[in-house]
Amino acid sequence: MALPERELTIPQETATIHNFAFTVATKNGSGSQTSNNVLVRALFRMGIAVNGKNLFPSNIKGLPTWYTIRVSQDGYQARREITEIAIVMNEQTAAEDIANLPPGGVCILPEEWNWTQSREDCHYYAIPVRQTIRQFEIPRERREQVGNMVYVGVVAQLFGIPLELLWEALLDNFGGRKRPAQMNQQIIEAAHDWAADHLEKQDPYRFARDDQTEGKLLITGNEAAALGSLFGGVNLVSWYPITPSTSLVDAVLTHKSLRDDEEGKSTVAVIQAEDEIAAVGMVVGASWAGARAMTSTSGPGISLMSEFVGLAYFAEIPIVIWDITRMGPSTGLPTRTSQGDLLFSHYLGHGDSRQLVLLPGTMAECFEFGWRAFDIADLRQTPVLVLSDLDLGMNLWMTAPFAYPDQPIQRGKRLGKIDLEEFFAEKGEWYRFRDYDGDGVPYRTVPGTDHPRAAYFARGSGHNEMGMYSERSDDWVQNMERLQRKFEGAREILPQPIREDAPDGTPIGILTFGSNETAILETRAWLAQDGIATDYLRVRALPLAREVHDFVREHDRVYVTENNYDGQLAQILRLELTDLSLSHLVSLALGDALPMTPDWLYRRIREEEGIA
Amino acid sequence: MTEKRALRKAGQRSRRSKVNRIGLERTAYRAGESTLCPGCGHDSISNQIISSAYDLGLEQHKVIKLSGIGCSSKTPAYFLGSSHGFNSIHGRMPSVATGALLANHSLTAIAISGDGDTGSIGLGQYKHLIRRNLPMVYIIENNGVYGLTKGQFSATADEGQFLKYYGKNDLPPIDLCLEAIIGGATFVARSFSGDAKQVQTLLKAALAHRGTAILDIISPCVTFNNAPDSTKSYPFGKENETPLHEITYVPDHVIGREEIVIEEQTAGEIIIVELHDGSRIQLKQVDREYDPRQRRAALQLLEEAQREQLFLTGLLYYEEPRLLLSETLNLSETPLAELSERASRPTATQLEQTLARM
Repeated sequence: MALPERELTIPQETATIHNFAFTVATKNGSGSQTSNNVLVRALFRMGIAVNGKNLFPSNIKGLPTWYTIRVSQDGYQARREITEIAIVMNEQTAAEDIANLPPGGVCILPEEWNWTQSREDCHYYAIPVRQTIRQFEIPRERREQVGNMVYVGVVAQLFGIPLELLWEALLDNFGGRKRPAQMNQQIIEAAHDWAADHLEKQDPYRFARDDQTEGKLLITGNEAAALGSLFGGVNLVSWYPITPSTSLVDAVLTHKSLRDDEEGKSTVAVIQAEDEIAAVGMVVGASWAGARAMTSTSGPGISLMSEFVGLAYFAEIPIVIWDITRMGPSTGLPTRTSQGDLLFSHYLGHGDSRQLVLLPGTMAECFEFGWRAFDIADLRQTPVLVLSDLDLGMNLWMTAPFAYPDQPIQRGKRLGKIDLEEFFAEKGEWYRFRDYDGDGVPYRTVPGTDHPRAAYFARGSGHNEMGMYSERSDDWVQNMERLQRKFEGAREILPQPIREDAPDGTPIGILTFGSNETAILETRAWLAQDGIATDYLRVRALPLAREVHDFVREHDRVYVTENNYDGQLAQILRLELTDLSLSHLVSLALGDALPMTPDWLYRRIREEEGIA
Repeated sequence: MTEKRALRKAGQRSRRSKVNRIGLERTAYRAGESTLCPGCGHDSISNQIISSAYDLGLEQHKVIKLSGIGCSSKTPAYFLGSSHGFNSIHGRMPSVATGALLANHSLTAIAISGDGDTGSIGLGQYKHLIRRNLPMVYIIENNGVYGLTKGQFSATADEGQFLKYYGKNDLPPIDLCLEAIIGGATFVARSFSGDAKQVQTLLKAALAHRGTAILDIISPCVTFNNAPDSTKSYPFGKENETPLHEITYVPDHVIGREEIVIEEQTAGEIIIVELHDGSRIQLKQVDREYDPRQRRAALQLLEEAQREQLFLTGLLYYEEPRLLLSETLNLSETPLAELSERASRPTATQLEQTLARM
């Protein structure tokens, strides 16, 4: 299909009414997170589609940090390469932040810097940060943090955010406590009034009330995952602190009371372990004993957990591990996003083993896979890894409320005392690793079952179908064949891909997984405006569903789009789709440690299509 | 089961139909045949576990057996065949046991480890396990040597000792009892697999302890570390074992039935340790005056023992256990592994309300 010849022009936002992005540049640890959250939440309350992304350093205090807020009339949530407005509060990065502005951009900075205007093509607003704070009696240790409220007030006045919505957002932020909210609100109001009296609006950008957030909520993927896990019946969460997964367990602790029993006692044990090995070891022990257990970590933790994952795979113990992926290898960029653990997770463990991997790409899926991961693990008696990432996990996303689980908790082939009696009555035997149903999934019992034949011996060493130690080659091979059946059968019960086809057919397919959804959605719309139609498929689990095979076969060019350097999904496709000629697979791997932008993807696809 | 073994078992049954208080014969507490070297100290410990469980009338479905990796860690397959067992990975059994005991706090664990499993690769998990206090007996079958890999020194081997594999051991040993006491353990004992009676008594007391009980049992490796100059050998043990006390364990059901009168004993000679289930440990002094309820004295004793290469055995340290981890975490009375669907999934209304607050 011929493509229209057009110049490569990245679409500029045409409307200036909440169709732009701004960056807040501050120092880490200065408390700007509160200000930025308040801005995002107030915009959300205006009905504006908003997404906030924190691009922060691995540091407690002092290093530069940026927060980008995107508002979009079309509801897009992806990060943009260009931000039209820069709130420059860190002198160290000011020159670069200003240089990054597009022509016509806006720069808001403290007047006490006496900064010389270096860009004639931008609008400057110098604001009295220190002066404003001095009007109030603010405890010394709070001054820096509330100082960040000055830009909130100025932004509210310049671009139009009603003060009462900021107040509501503040209350939200402080959990309804009025005192800290008031301390911040007085600064916001003072800055707002100062701006009204002293600033002459020169730029065209503004916010207006919209209706895009009706019935929606703002949440991070980690909180969604924590809630999903709690609704999935998790009984034990053991973990070791690591960015960017820590806030998942924090959210479990926040919402754990949902699972208190009638006496106010908890049905969820949360333990901070001494390291990730112990964390996953507790998960293995608890799951073996019949509880639902999970851990949450990131790449370095997965490295440490690999021996236990191999054990759980081979001893057939259902466990759940969330990997909120950050940029590796090694310590890498601990506070930057990545999809670089895909190959590692799928092939985790020494020897012949492959793991089931779930790949959430939205807040709804973070919640859904939170509960579903336990069902899948129990149904297949094997580890389930859930790969989220820093962008999904730690940033605020707009979402519709989550659907309540549509099926009861599934514990799979687990035999209690009575089941076991019936099993013996019917079959005259029960052996832990015998394939009674031909699907490779055996029946298990758990400790504490009051039946003289309930016990079995779990081990990571060679065993036969009766669970006895065995070094015999035939036993080994028989076991591996059964595990293979079990693995293959999993394809059917894993979340199937999301596919969206262009109305009239197209030779171009975009294939991805995880958090790139929003960038691709927008890219496809831009390409469509250029007359380039695309079909879209988002993989939601490994091993691959059959549908992935069909999608790759049906297209002349398949852009495998992912946020890692090595093109890991493309590698898996090449390993798995052995009956297809794959010369038409094009790996578009970003891997710059930032959330994918439609700008990049649009440019890359046009280049590949020869329309540069 | 081989035919021979079945016959032997049947024979035993007819010869002595002795049963314990829950109506089981001793053979009911046995499991697979050991594949360890003939004469291995570990086998005698397994036998004492079987005897103790039989004597106490343990319900096997209430017990879990766990281990790491190594010769000692194979042994859970050789006792309590009707208990669930888990041979996990090297040095990490404590975390597996922790998870299992939180999943079901009505269980008691018998955990088997070795000096390599605990003293080297697993030292971190060992110490963190002790901090957490779970209902388990943690047995270290300590022989000072790596058996399955053919005779390397372990971290508990004697300084200056000579082994064929490596030559001279230049580094000082780690005393796992000392580590346990420093780490906050509330029941710490040392014994010798050649002293069956003491091992059995300590095991029974440890099983009644409401928390993690550490038993460091010197258990000679007859293949790689049994020369008389090794403090982990049979000859050394037989020659040098010095029990601190004559130790007796009186189970609660016996106390109730037989009304043992202790007042007759003169104070000072006998130390009585009351355990939470009503059972008692009675310690009769042998040589030195030693009260295992004094932490500093215990540390001093162990330092002296290490310095002088004294083989002191018995209950080294005891204190009232802290809360169990399941209590610290305020967990539901119903074991987590046995909760109903209703207790495991909040309602749709609760989901709506939670989301509405965001």
